[in-house]
Amino acid sequence: MTEIFGVPTQALFGQLLIGLINGSFYALLSLGLAVIFGLLNIINFTHGAQYMMGAFAAWFLLNKLGLGYWWALLIAPVMVGITGVIIERLMLARLYKLDHLYGLLLTFGLALIIQGLFRHEFGSSGQPYAIPKLLEGGTNLGFMVLPNYRAWVVVFSLAVCLATWFVIEKTRLGSTLRAATENPELVRAFGINVPRMITLTYGFGVGLAALAGVMAAPIYNVSPQMGSNLIIVVFAVVVIGGMGSIMGSIVTGFALGLIEGLTKVFYPEASNTVIFIIMAIVLMIRPAGLFGTAK
Amino acid sequence: MKFKRSLIAAAVATLAGTAHAQISDGVIKIGVMNDQSGIYADLAGPGSVVAARMAVEDFDAANKGMKVEILVADHQNKPDVGSTIARQWYDVDKVDLIMDVPTSSVVLAVNQITREKNKALIVSTGATADLTGKACSPNSIHWTYDTWALANGTGNAVVKNGGDTWFFLTADYAFGHSLEQQTEAVVLKNGGKVLGKVRHPFPGSDFSSFLLQAQASKAKIIGLANAGSDTTNAIKQGAEFGIVRGGQQFAGLLVFLTDVRALGLDKAQGLLLTEAFYWDRTPQTRAWSQRFGKLHKGAMPTMAQAGVYSATMHYLKAVEALKSDDGPRVIEQMKNMPSDDQVFGKGRVRQDGRHVHDMYLFEVKKPAESKGEWDYYKVRATIPAEQAFRPEKDGGCPLVK
Amino acid sequence: MKHQRIAFALMVAFFALAPALIYPLFLMKVMCFALFACAFNLLIGYGGLLSFGHAMFFGFAGYIAAHAAKVWGFNPEFAILAAVASATLLGVGAGLIAIRRQGIYFAMITLALAQMVYFFCVQAPFTGGEDGIQAVPRGMLFGLIDLRQVFNMYVLVFAIFLGGFLLIFRVIHSPFGQVLKAIRENEPRAVSLGYDTDRYKLLAFVLSAALAGLAGGTKALVFQHASLTEVHWSMSGEVVLMTLVGGLGTVFGPVVGALVIVAMANYLAQLGAWVTVVQGIIFVICVLTFRRGGVGELAHWIKKPL
Repeated sequence: MTEIFGVPTQALFGQLLIGLINGSFYALLSLGLAVIFGLLNIINFTHGAQYMMGAFAAWFLLNKLGLGYWWALLIAPVMVGITGVIIERLMLARLYKLDHLYGLLLTFGLALIIQGLFRHEFGSSGQPYAIPKLLEGGTNLGFMVLPNYRAWVVVFSLAVCLATWFVIEKTRLGSTLRAATENPELVRAFGINVPRMITLTYGFGVGLAALAGVMAAPIYNVSPQMGSNLIIVVFAVVVIGGMGSIMGSIVTGFALGLIEGLTKVFYPEASNTVIFIIMAIVLMIRPAGLFGTAK
Repeated sequence: MKFKRSLIAAAVATLAGTAHAQISDGVIKIGVMNDQSGIYADLAGPGSVVAARMAVEDFDAANKGMKVEILVADHQNKPDVGSTIARQWYDVDKVDLIMDVPTSSVVLAVNQITREKNKALIVSTGATADLTGKACSPNSIHWTYDTWALANGTGNAVVKNGGDTWFFLTADYAFGHSLEQQTEAVVLKNGGKVLGKVRHPFPGSDFSSFLLQAQASKAKIIGLANAGSDTTNAIKQGAEFGIVRGGQQFAGLLVFLTDVRALGLDKAQGLLLTEAFYWDRTPQTRAWSQRFGKLHKGAMPTMAQAGVYSATMHYLKAVEALKSDDGPRVIEQMKNMPSDDQVFGKGRVRQDGRHVHDMYLFEVKKPAESKGEWDYYKVRATIPAEQAFRPEKDGGCPLVK
Repeated sequence: MKHQRIAFALMVAFFALAPALIYPLFLMKVMCFALFACAFNLLIGYGGLLSFGHAMFFGFAGYIAAHAAKVWGFNPEFAILAAVASATLLGVGAGLIAIRRQGIYFAMITLALAQMVYFFCVQAPFTGGEDGIQAVPRGMLFGLIDLRQVFNMYVLVFAIFLGGFLLIFRVIHSPFGQVLKAIRENEPRAVSLGYDTDRYKLLAFVLSAALAGLAGGTKALVFQHASLTEVHWSMSGEVVLMTLVGGLGTVFGPVVGALVIVAMANYLAQLGAWVTVVQGIIFVICVLTFRRGGVGELAHWIKKPL
């Protein structure tokens, strides 16, 4: 078999594909974070816990209400998004006048609460969630078997990411939103309910996290820890991409997934660290991130 | 006069004798330390506590004038948490015996502290064979199983069945390394080959890239040197990537009854595994297990939980015989008395602290073969006690002369 | 200043007398964390820099101390010195990278660097990975004093804690400390006054790192154990919590905060996951309504700095 730098191409493509799949999760999650930070200037540390809630919501819908995966894709983000709206209205709204760091600390505390409650209720083992019947099985690509479900993950994430980017950057709703965060008074003068927009935007970002959670449920362990393991990496993705840039987060998410996959082939020990090394380098050279604009 | 004096002397001597042999603080305190809410909670966890309490009751401590108290703590699979609890238990709460302790990195730390404080430790769920090897101590006993016994049982059987090329997927901590090392030795001894190994973080969640590497190696057997949900997740994700369909087989080196249940018989069928106990093996184990089930949400006991029962029983009998709960002396007494109970049958504790009893090779039934809930195993072979465990002289334990 | 002296006397009295009633190992743990929190507070409370990666100094120094004592056979005083040295070097390296940025970017860089240190510790053979470094000998202090005796160890930890605390106190009230506060209040103005703000911030960062390392190295010897828990990012979060609860920017706040959080974790340990929930609730309440922290509120009430 052919080899590149001593690694068989089969193994290389296989790991790259895995990397792309992981990258989809990074992109989807960092999308939500980027929306929330870019538009609202809130650092949402709770994002990981909300992702976890999305997965548990899917599990709950299946096991208690008999509603399967496809229903969960629609309902779970709404359920978790509503909790996000409540959080924003009751707590985050009070902190807008203060230093951003308080928002970070609040969401960090909320993440602890949510994770602790779920751990208390469910234990750390994780709940099973089956792959939906339609997406079972795999396609033999020659160099590996690609599970159909994982292929779906890539396609769907890409679709959601691009749709969100389009709405925010190219539509009127999106431009109103962007204007509202840059100059709330002026936009309010146009008769637009700015606080409500902000609340709904936060809810939307949270909903995106929950959506990622539903998608993760069939393949990753549905456990209370699933978010906290991921959140730090996702932060790195957002920072590298540029904290306010939607496209930056999407591109960086997928790219980093691929880079991580490559690292696993050539130098597996560093695969966990490579994202942070890149983040440190990027922040030194381009402090606002690759696609971001300094605020 | 002489008679009276000797009578008095005898009386004094008897009193002095009983004053020496005493239960510290009048209470025998047993601390069950394990993972109460994490990945090992189902195979040991609260079930181990139930088993310990059953032992205290069956022993009838109350009617024998012995006060026994059971404490519980969650070490969260972290060595620093476990050591802190152990220290506090020994120093402040005056615990006499620590029992169970899964997770080899924690049990090694607790073993060390128990030795320092001169108390007692009986390990049921913890697996590393180092406990009766280089880390052996006069203060501890390893009861239920160890990595050598598993490697020996499963490894031998799989290689003899034709699985002679292996790839290891190993959990990156003491237990995983130990299990991998011992199974590799068995594979090589039987003429097999190890084509590769990869370590995954403990606990892991996504095994896809490791499974791809295992697939690429084309080894006939993918040895899972991990436990609990790491094992079940690897097998589940392996199904996604078509590992078994591609002709490779998983060998679960440490699989518990609860893992098979989590996997489901359709994914687990045909899996070969070595365990020390199965609830349905004999009428006695069945009767005991059903009593256990009534106290533990209908779940059948795993070998770890059964081990806690068996070990606690033997401990209490030793304390009764010795009339003292002094750590090393009770351990010594346990080595001098043969053990016998309805759960493990007959057994004995060796000089190196290893409790030897029969081990069994099981195969997981096909869904069609199972007649009810928890009916998962059929016995393939019995490995007699004296062959099931590493020979005493091979362990490198300084206590063995 | 009188009230500060009273507070100091109370603190010393508490730690001197408490071991008669409370498990000394617990108190030593509190002191180590108190020192860690004080070091962290130096950076955030007085320098205005929120570091989300302070665990790297605390935990890595712990590993160095443990390795030095166990494998190189250092005496405890040298093991701890090695720990401080390693934390200082790490602090210089991290500081040079992080100092150029402010606010949230600074926090993110420190988090990234801490993650790198964490994964290094997971992989490096000398740290023992998941097992950690166990059975670390406490040794003989100066070759004379047996630290396995609880009393001796306690006195040592007490001395280290007081030493670190007084050093921080001195720094805060020195001209250096004043400039630091000026930079925190209004950096451009400080620059316009001719101060090389980057140098001051770096110095504060390195000092904070070194003292966090002192705390970490001492803790490793107290517990005779160094593990991944101390370098994990949740440890960085815990020290933020302790300082927040006690009072950011107060002298005694971090000590009180450490006592509260460690006590809570200890006594609620039976309840497992509830500890995380309670910690989270405290975080939320502190951020929403109790922003000054315990000591901060007290100081505000008596209208004197504490």
